[in-house]
This record gives sequence, structure tokens and C-alpha cells, in this order.
Amino acid sequence: MEQTVQVIRIERSRGWVALQLKELWAYRELLYFLVWRDVKVRYKQTALGVSWAIIQPVFTMVVFSLFFGRLAKMPSDGIPYPLFSYAALVPWTFFSHGLTLASNSLVGSANLIKKVYFPRLAIPIASVTSGVIDFVIAFIVLLGMMIYYGIVPTLNVIWLPLLLLITFITSLGVSLWLSALNVQFRDVRYMIPFLTQLWLFATPIAYPSSLLSEPWRTLYSLNPMVGVVEGFRWALLGTDTAPGPILIVSSLAALALLVGGAFYFRRLEKTFADVV
Amino acid sequence: MGDIAIRVQGISKQYRLGKKERYQTLRDTLASTFTVPFQRVGRLLRGEGLDVAERNELIWALKDISVELRRGEAIGVIGANGSGKSTFLKILSRITEPTTGFAEIYGRVGSLLEVGTGFHPELTGRENTYLNGAILGMKRGEIDRKFDEIVAFSEVERFIDTPVKHYSSGMYLRLAFAVAAHLDPEILLVDEVLAVGDAGFQKKCLGKMGSVTKEGRTVLLVSHNMGAIAQLCARTIHLEQGRLKCIGPSTEVVSAYLSSSIGDDVKSSWFTDSSKPNHAEVRFSSARLLSVDEQPLSVVRFDSAFFVEIAYAVTVPIRDLSVSYKVHDTQGNLVFEAMDTDMPEWKGRVREPGQYRSICEVLPSFLKPGRYRISLGSFVEHVKMIEKQESVLSFDVSEVGYPLNPGRLGIVSPVLQWKVIG
Repeated sequence: MEQTVQVIRIERSRGWVALQLKELWAYRELLYFLVWRDVKVRYKQTALGVSWAIIQPVFTMVVFSLFFGRLAKMPSDGIPYPLFSYAALVPWTFFSHGLTLASNSLVGSANLIKKVYFPRLAIPIASVTSGVIDFVIAFIVLLGMMIYYGIVPTLNVIWLPLLLLITFITSLGVSLWLSALNVQFRDVRYMIPFLTQLWLFATPIAYPSSLLSEPWRTLYSLNPMVGVVEGFRWALLGTDTAPGPILIVSSLAALALLVGGAFYFRRLEKTFADVV
Repeated sequence: MGDIAIRVQGISKQYRLGKKERYQTLRDTLASTFTVPFQRVGRLLRGEGLDVAERNELIWALKDISVELRRGEAIGVIGANGSGKSTFLKILSRITEPTTGFAEIYGRVGSLLEVGTGFHPELTGRENTYLNGAILGMKRGEIDRKFDEIVAFSEVERFIDTPVKHYSSGMYLRLAFAVAAHLDPEILLVDEVLAVGDAGFQKKCLGKMGSVTKEGRTVLLVSHNMGAIAQLCARTIHLEQGRLKCIGPSTEVVSAYLSSSIGDDVKSSWFTDSSKPNHAEVRFSSARLLSVDEQPLSVVRFDSAFFVEIAYAVTVPIRDLSVSYKVHDTQGNLVFEAMDTDMPEWKGRVREPGQYRSICEVLPSFLKPGRYRISLGSFVEHVKMIEKQESVLSFDVSEVGYPLNPGRLGIVSPVLQWKVIG
């Protein structure tokens, strides 16, 4: 009958607090159910359903191809422009959707936060994760386009999971900052569309990063999405913009965003239930 | 570990009231439009939040609460609205942190502050059962095992694969409660939200709570329902304005609470003239319940009489004015209506402009224990309706101290005179 009894101590935490990743792990089933809910609900009661996962990147690609590819004659590292921009839009869409959803996720889950205890980190993590399905669907279209243009991926495709992970980390990292802020300041909600739009143009999606000369190019890759986008093109389309240094800088920047965001989130977490 | 399940030591919780300074002049407003954002961003980057300078009105929602719960004990928490009951439960549930003090909980905790938390309208009953179960802290295997039992308890078998947005509110609540009822942690923290739904459902919830407490689990139950507290919990804590007023055997604490709620006019309703159209010939200014010794109250003992006092102003002379009130129960049944022209001395007379109070004595041992709401009305019989005020006041009738058969049917439960002839 004598078992180890779990003891929970409840008291005020001060300043920066531990991330409690172990506890988060203990709640992995809840995380799974939250992701599962987001996936199930995402396209409920929409006429076009899952096609939305394709419509957005594809239409952006068409617009970019017309204006930047055709009219502005933007260079595209020797790749057909539609493929060049779409290969970038696939991870970009995953990033920006994850960011938008996760940043609003705490506010959207106010009821949960006020009524039930669980590690709050699970909420934005679930929001970003649920976008993986959309990513996979958009990625299949990318494969189709590669077949159409007769482009064979290089062996570097094995790096794709890592690139997806960096995208995930960046999206989550930024979301942790913004979602925690959004609890107190709904200004964040209005800032996000604006932020993603600016960020889109600060990332080599419509243009190649080879337009920049060297010291600037590495500096530029402090934007983690630069490394991701160039990495995608390099791994799939075989562009020779060998992304070594870019990728390292971008990965480090992404990690810094994530770690900083996670601590910032944990620090504000105790106020969520009272403020949201 | 010993036999302690929860130890609470000097817990206090301070809230800041969100009262912002108002800008005084346009110049200030414009100036702060530019400077404030920078100050705010600075504070945010330090992770301080904004409350330091802008909101400084502090209140103690809880002050210095210490209590120990033994393993297997069921304890009730009572108190008026705003006395800190819910804050107390939220702290123990780890939803919010205490400002000072600490608590230690020995064992697996489950808390139910609401049924159906996280239910998503687009998901089916089955899907929501899993989601809600996971949110409440159940493991997937555990939900699998209990699934059939949960569905049977909820009585929604036929609709289990229908999205819950198509459920009636009763079905929704039954499913939500069924999931919650199958949560079996060692320590259960429950808020009064369980007392929702129709009478039959409430009875089922209380029955389930009763069996939970009998199984020897530690339960902390917050409720307005004095009957349920007295029935389910051996000991009760009475909170008043965030402080622990007293703790002891439930029947004693509950009756002390009922008599102390005299003078607590939280539930009396006062309205100002400005909220009403000024041309009204009769303007209600307040309504409250009074005990036989004329103290305001919000909880009435089943076996004592009480008064309903309606204060109003008459602005023009009116002949045959009736001031009336209606009493509804929580199911929406109109229990009775009473009007002051029932007294013959005001029949046919003119009420001149001035302030009036109409006071009505309600019989003891008449209203069934439960919650009621009062609506006001004034009219001239057969001529016109003057004024209506819906649900201005609510009150509870408590059965504590009176051995009333709880299964009794009917809207009212009068205790009548009987003769038994053998």
C-alpha cells in the first residue's frame, strides 16, 4: 500500500523560472490531443477544405511569377521562377501560419487557461505542430512541380527534416514571445499580419539571396528563414548557393529565439490566468 | 507522508484592480501617446508587465489562509460572492499563484472548476470525451477503459458520433459531467459549477459526489448549496472577505454562516433613478430580503418567515396602484406572485407622490430549499402596466436545520397540518 506519493508544492515563483521540460513531457498526451484537435477542426465547415493548404502558397507563387518573374525579370539561380518561388513558399507558409495561429493561441484558449492546470507551453507548441499536415500537402505539390520541370533533387534532400525542424523552431520561438505578450496586449494581434508581411520581403522568397554580396549575406541570415529557404532550394533544386555558413548562422539565430522565447514565456506564464 | 493530503500555510493572494489613470488634458494625452509606448516596451523587455505604475489599487482576494486536510476527508468551502472561494480553489489547482504562503499537496490532484472545459463544438461526442479527458489529466488508456461507462452515464449513446454543437444543452452537460465524474485522482477539487442543469441532473451529480466522498478520496468542495455541503462534507471552511472566518463541523459552520449572512446585503439590489426612464410614474429604488428582526439577508432558512421589501418613488398621484413581485425558481417556474393591493386598506385609494416601501411577509416552511429570483412590477389593475424589473434579486432557501424529505415533488413544499387518525 505504501507507494511513493507525488508532492506538489504551490508557492509564488520569482523572476526567471525553470522550463520544466520534464513536466511538459509528462503532459505529452495532452499535447497530442491538442494537435489532433487543431488538425481536425482546422478545415471543418469550409467549402474548400484541405485545399486551402495548397491554395495559399500556389496563388502567391502565381502572383510572384507574374510580377517578379515575368515583369521584373528577377534572377532565380537558374531555376524556373515558379519552382524557385514555390520551393521557398512551402516552408514559408508553414512558418507564417504557425506564427499566426500560435501567437493567438493563448488568447484563444483563455477558457482552458482559467479552468485547468497544465504546462501552458503545450498550447503554442500544439498550434505550430498542427501545421505540419498542411506542410506535407503543400510539399506534395512541390514534388509534382519538380517532376513537371524535370528537376531531380540532389542527395542533399536528407537535410530536409533538419530544415523543417529549423522552420518549426523559428516559428515556435517567435510565437512564444508574441503569444505571451498577446495575453496582456491585444496589440499583438494587429501586429502579426504586418510582421509576417515585412518578414516575407526580408526573406529571399521572391528573389535569390545571391543578390547580396558576402559579408552582408551572412549577416542577412540572422533571419533564420533565410537559411531555411536557401536550404530548401539547395537540397531540392540543387542551387549552388551552398548554404553552409548561412545555415549555421540561421540555426543559431533560431535556437536563440526559441530559448529566449521559452524563458520569457515561462516568466510571464504565472500571470496568464489572471490577465487573459 | 502521514495522513495529510493538503497542507495550506498562510496563503494570500493579491490582485490589482485594473484601474487606469485617466488622461487629464489633450496635451497630456498627446504627449503620453508618444512616450508611454516606449516606457511600456522597456518594462516589457524586462518582463515586468505593465502594472507597476499604471494600476496601483490592490486588493487581497485571500489573506493568510492556513488549513490542513486529512487523507480521505471531504471538506466544504462556503462564503458570500467575492469571499475568495474560487481564488482559493484556483491556487490549489495551480491555475494561479499565491502572492505569499505555500501549499503542499500529497497525491495526484484532479480539479473540476467547470464541466466540459475545452469541448469543441465541431468535434463529436466521442472526440470531445477524449479531448476533455486528456485536458482533465486522464491518460489515453484510462479513457479507453472507461469510455463505455462514461457514455452510459451520460445517456447520449445515440449521438456519441454527432458533433456536440447539435446537442441540446442538457445532453452537452450530461456528457461533460460524465467525463468529469470518471476522473479519479486521489484528491479532488470541485467548484460549484457542478450544480447546473435540471433538478434530475443535479441530483445525479450530487449522488456521484456522495459516492466519491464515500470511497475515501480527499475532496474539497466549493458550493453555494448549503444542503449539499452539509450532506457531503464533515468539515466546512467559511471564508469571509478573503479571510478564514471559521472552520469546523459542517452543520455548525453552515448555520453560523446562515445567521451571519444577516447584514450582508450583497444580494440586495439597489438601482438609481438614472438607470430608468424619468417619466415613469413609479420608480423602483431597491428591493431586498429582510429577516423577521429586519436585518437584510440573502439566505433564508426554510423554517423561518422573511420579508420582501420593495422601495419606490411615486411621481404623480395614482389611484389603485399595485406593487407586485414574482418569485421564479431556477427551472423558470413561476412559484407565486404577490401584490400589495391584496391588503384591502389600499384598495381604491390614491397614492400621492412620495417615497414608499411595500413590505410583504412570506410564510415559513413554504418555499422548497433552492435558489430563487425575484422580479418586480407595478400596475393599475385592469388599466395599465406601469413598470417591470426582471430578476432584480436572487436568494437561497436553505434546508439546514430542518429535516425535510428531499425527494418531495412539487414546486413548493409547504409544511401543512396533519391529523393521523388510527
